[in-house]
Amino acid sequence: MAIEDDVLVIGGGLAGATAALSAAERDATVRLISYKQSTLRHASGLIDVLGYDPTAVAGTGGEREGGEPTPLVDPFEAIPDLPEGHPYERVGLEAVRESLLFFDSVAGDAYAGDHTDANALVPTHGGTVKPTARYPATTAAGIASDPRSTLLVGFETLPDFDAPLAASHLEAAGVPFESRGVTLSFPGIERDDAKITRYAHILERDEPVDSGAGQTSARAALAHAIGAKLADESRVGLPAILGDDHADTVRRDLEERLGVDVFEVPMGPPSLPGIRLEDLLYDALEDAGVRVTTGVPVVDYESVDADGAGANRGQIDHVLVDRKRKRVPYSADQYVLATGGLVGKGVQSDRERVYEPIFDCHVAHSEDRYDWFVDEAFGEHPFAQFGLAVDRELYPLGADGEREFSNLRAAGGVLGGFDAPAEKSGGGVSLSTGYAAGAAAGEEVDR
Amino acid sequence: MSETHQPTDDGSRDDEFEPVQVFPEAEEMDLRPGADDCYKCSTCDTNCPVAEVDDEFPGPKFQGPEQWRLKRQDDHDIDDSVMKCSNCMRCDNACPSEVPLSQMHNTARGEYVEENMSKLSREYWRNRLLSNYGTMARIGSKVPRLTNFVMGLTVTQVVNEKLLGITGERTFPAFATETFREWWEKRGGAAASRENARKARTRRDDSSADERKRVAYFHGCYSNYNTPEVGKAMVEVFEHFGYEVVVPDQRCSGTPMYANGMLDDAERAAETNVDELGAAIEEGADIIASCTSCSMSLRQEYPELFDFEDTEAVAEHTWEALEYLRVHEDLEDELADASVDSADVAYHTPCHARNQGLDGQTVELLSGIDGIDAHDVGDSCSGISGTYGWKTEHYETSMAIGEEMFEHMEQVDAEAGMTECPTCAMQMEHGTGYEIDHPLEILSAALVDGPEAGGGDAA
Repeated sequence: MAIEDDVLVIGGGLAGATAALSAAERDATVRLISYKQSTLRHASGLIDVLGYDPTAVAGTGGEREGGEPTPLVDPFEAIPDLPEGHPYERVGLEAVRESLLFFDSVAGDAYAGDHTDANALVPTHGGTVKPTARYPATTAAGIASDPRSTLLVGFETLPDFDAPLAASHLEAAGVPFESRGVTLSFPGIERDDAKITRYAHILERDEPVDSGAGQTSARAALAHAIGAKLADESRVGLPAILGDDHADTVRRDLEERLGVDVFEVPMGPPSLPGIRLEDLLYDALEDAGVRVTTGVPVVDYESVDADGAGANRGQIDHVLVDRKRKRVPYSADQYVLATGGLVGKGVQSDRERVYEPIFDCHVAHSEDRYDWFVDEAFGEHPFAQFGLAVDRELYPLGADGEREFSNLRAAGGVLGGFDAPAEKSGGGVSLSTGYAAGAAAGEEVDR
Repeated sequence: MSETHQPTDDGSRDDEFEPVQVFPEAEEMDLRPGADDCYKCSTCDTNCPVAEVDDEFPGPKFQGPEQWRLKRQDDHDIDDSVMKCSNCMRCDNACPSEVPLSQMHNTARGEYVEENMSKLSREYWRNRLLSNYGTMARIGSKVPRLTNFVMGLTVTQVVNEKLLGITGERTFPAFATETFREWWEKRGGAAASRENARKARTRRDDSSADERKRVAYFHGCYSNYNTPEVGKAMVEVFEHFGYEVVVPDQRCSGTPMYANGMLDDAERAAETNVDELGAAIEEGADIIASCTSCSMSLRQEYPELFDFEDTEAVAEHTWEALEYLRVHEDLEDELADASVDSADVAYHTPCHARNQGLDGQTVELLSGIDGIDAHDVGDSCSGISGTYGWKTEHYETSMAIGEEMFEHMEQVDAEAGMTECPTCAMQMEHGTGYEIDHPLEILSAALVDGPEAGGGDAA
């Protein structure tokens, strides 16, 4: 017996979770299956829609300044001009807008940025600013268009965030405020390889720590140490380690103790804001009644007419999930493939070819693997755009331009035709294509 | 490899390059390829429940791939922090690059105990004692009432704490006055089960009535000596679906032994199990476990660590009980007509169940039964990890990890608990005072006993 649902979403990142949530809104029974943990664990937690015009990035058009592309003010103005085949061109502007509204309703107070179409500029741990459409509420007091003077606080045992360096980078980037960085020791952490979850746990549980002058609570000790360095700055930025499940409580407590706004600076992997976003999405999945299976990979599929001859692969009957050396069938009416790109391993490569490992959907690429990349490290690498080509309803297309299957849609990083890191569009593409693919799959079941 | 696939110089392009094996074939287990797969994203570290509460523990990324690289330098011993790993195996589930982290930890721990831990130390003998719980239980359960009396004495707890380093904070689980195997033999063993299964197939109008549907039950130590009601429920439920149950001779699955680096003990136990279970498979049976750490061990750790003749066959044929019924029977349909009169339960998914893709299973299935709801208490680790939380030096860590689960158990609308793992159950009871049942007990009440019989002890 197969394990049966109406819609099966394969992949547990932003695109997969959004697809599952949007399908569940259409009264379908939905299952999400995810193998290893998703790239949300590495992600900054920011939801970018379009930070840079791809033609400006490529140097073939758009606005540039000092040899660098300038951030887009309004991503929605730029979307209609994107080239054919770009995921936004496929789903259309309206779907992008709807998916953001959908995200806002799921995220609630945990995210900010829904008051405007314009990109916000959020300071990063390297002291750059990133144009983004939605950002965690914990980062909101730090946005770079806000002219208030800023104290950045780093910790000796967290070398990923060098606060003095980040502060001078910010000033060099021309932010409209004064910025200063200091480095402190973190109360309650002795070792220099403590995990970020340890920092978060100490603050969240407000554990007793030894302040040198007897025991005190971790947050009181941290506020005391920061207070001693605070001059006349009106806000304080800390690396994003201020708690896990109750980050807002930790931040507000520090604000009360310090009397100024406190914000988090998103960090590199592993990233608590990414983990919190994952938690938020999985809580929403549970509330929506989506069944979630994790830790086991989808490895293969069978078509309805398994004996049918090659060309048209028709309709997927069920997929096979490898549960520790045995293949368990999972069947659904509609399938959504949201397994990610080269990093998420939804698209893989070997010396011979680039491929999508579950359904072997067509991935266009040069036969000569020396054409997959260019020599400059930050150049226009073709591999960055590797992925599935889809029609406007997000059905993956074969080399012949025909739909690969009649009941498989694709969403998120597995799609080709865009360069997420360069144009800063990863979050928005996952949201909009996930939302559209999930909604269409859910509706198809209903019919 | 056929000859046509051998690389040749003819016709190759100038820039063609074929990889060459520069390292000699490893004589011992070589996990270097796994170490090379690590790209240091640290997702494993963010999943480690020990590192979250104890910064003395350098985390799974260090214990696995980094230690493996360090060890290639001959003068490096395994770092003693490996003994702080609780073997929850959550890092396996986390790694986006399929690094075999728990296999690395098991191997490193085995080497540490073999080469760096004194065989005369209290720690060694305490760990050996704890990891051979099955042997202790076999002796203790011969006189269960006396053993329970002695183990419950304050003086015993003080001696355990002071002499052995076994925490006095926990109360030893009581031995059943009749073990599962004693019950099974008294009931008539395989012959009685064959008859029950045949009747059930006739009653169910099962088209396979003449074929023998057969499973071999791997009960493990705990449901034999401590909770035979779980084993009885397993037998009743499988017979209800027309399966003949056999109960092969067996020893500990090995889980507590890997967790304590006692790989030789584990290998001896595994050899018996693979022999016996392999023979049952030859006879047409699949292997069913009711404990998710036992099924994990047979499915994943045996093929990772041992190489007996039937190791792979045992791994391929082993299933968790509900998982098997769900895939082989229309369990959801059957449960839709069933009901129990039971209190709602706070359900905790054991970490080892997660790694087998079993995380939503119990809540999904129980939600179909009228009269009971199972509330998921979230994805935190219970913290006890088998023998880990029994050690005096790890007790506080274990309880700090468990805090999140205790809080969630108390937040949901239930006064009793449920889980598949016997030691998670101990921790749940220890932290909340709730009584903890196994899902099979509810299935047995719903499908076999009918609603009048109630839903286990919690009702």
